[in-house]
Amino acid sequence: MPVNPDLAGRSYPPAPPYRVDRERVRQFADAVFSTSPLSRDVDAARAAGYADLVAPPTFAVVVQQGAWDQLMGDDDAGIELSRVLHGEQRFTQSRPIVAGDELTAALTVTGIRSVGGNTMVTAETVVSDADGAHVVTATSLLMVGADA
Amino acid sequence: MSALEVGRRIAERDVHLTRESLARYAEASGDLNPIHLRDDIATQNGLPGVIAHGMLTMGLAIQPVLDWLGGDPRRILDYQVRFTRMVPVDAVDGADVHVEAVVGSVGEPAGTRIDLTVTVGGSTVLGKAQVRVAP
Repeated sequence: MPVNPDLAGRSYPPAPPYRVDRERVRQFADAVFSTSPLSRDVDAARAAGYADLVAPPTFAVVVQQGAWDQLMGDDDAGIELSRVLHGEQRFTQSRPIVAGDELTAALTVTGIRSVGGNTMVTAETVVSDADGAHVVTATSLLMVGADA
Repeated sequence: MSALEVGRRIAERDVHLTRESLARYAEASGDLNPIHLRDDIATQNGLPGVIAHGMLTMGLAIQPVLDWLGGDPRRILDYQVRFTRMVPVDAVDGADVHVEAVVGSVGEPAGTRIDLTVTVGGSTVLGKAQVRVAP
């Protein structure tokens, strides 16, 4: 099934809020080879002016993942994970994510174009906190291959 | 950080990836795509074998910059990369990723741009890898 050419501009309702817990922050910090004490030691994070453990800069991928699942799960979009290559990624952040945050992620397809037999889909996931304030925008370029 | 000049190398780091690193990242990120975990599925998808998550490479490549900022990501405004080459991770030998962070531009109000060069075996694996840091 080809990518739906009318996908540009389509928004998906935010997934239920994702609560960031300390253990996940530590686990993610280990996984990306972070050595920052602010991701492991609550006292160090507080001394630096944060409410709790500070997530590494690319942690938003954890909530972006849920938004992607919505996009891939939308049969009408025509994007199957097995045909997707991740081409580019960008995070534009207002503030770092900290443990205790309740984050919502809302995905919008902001661009779609054909290159050769492939379709390039730009998906923008806006991540906000419980007060509705912007935390980070995660923008991905997905290259969707033609049917095998 | 007063004497920042374009072209200055601010940080450098080597990271050795193993299959265990990929399993750990899969669990931490929730990206359970089997091409990062199982050779049979990777080869069915036309890959030489298990490859690293692009987002793992992106996630580790910014760590030298974070160290340079004293471990505090507050001043990081923007981080972008292109995934230009896959990173196969051998079951025995793993993969060695080298990261170099160089000042790309300085000035207000955009802040400092740090350019990352990320290579595996001498080949660049991320393109246009840039971090923008607040003044």
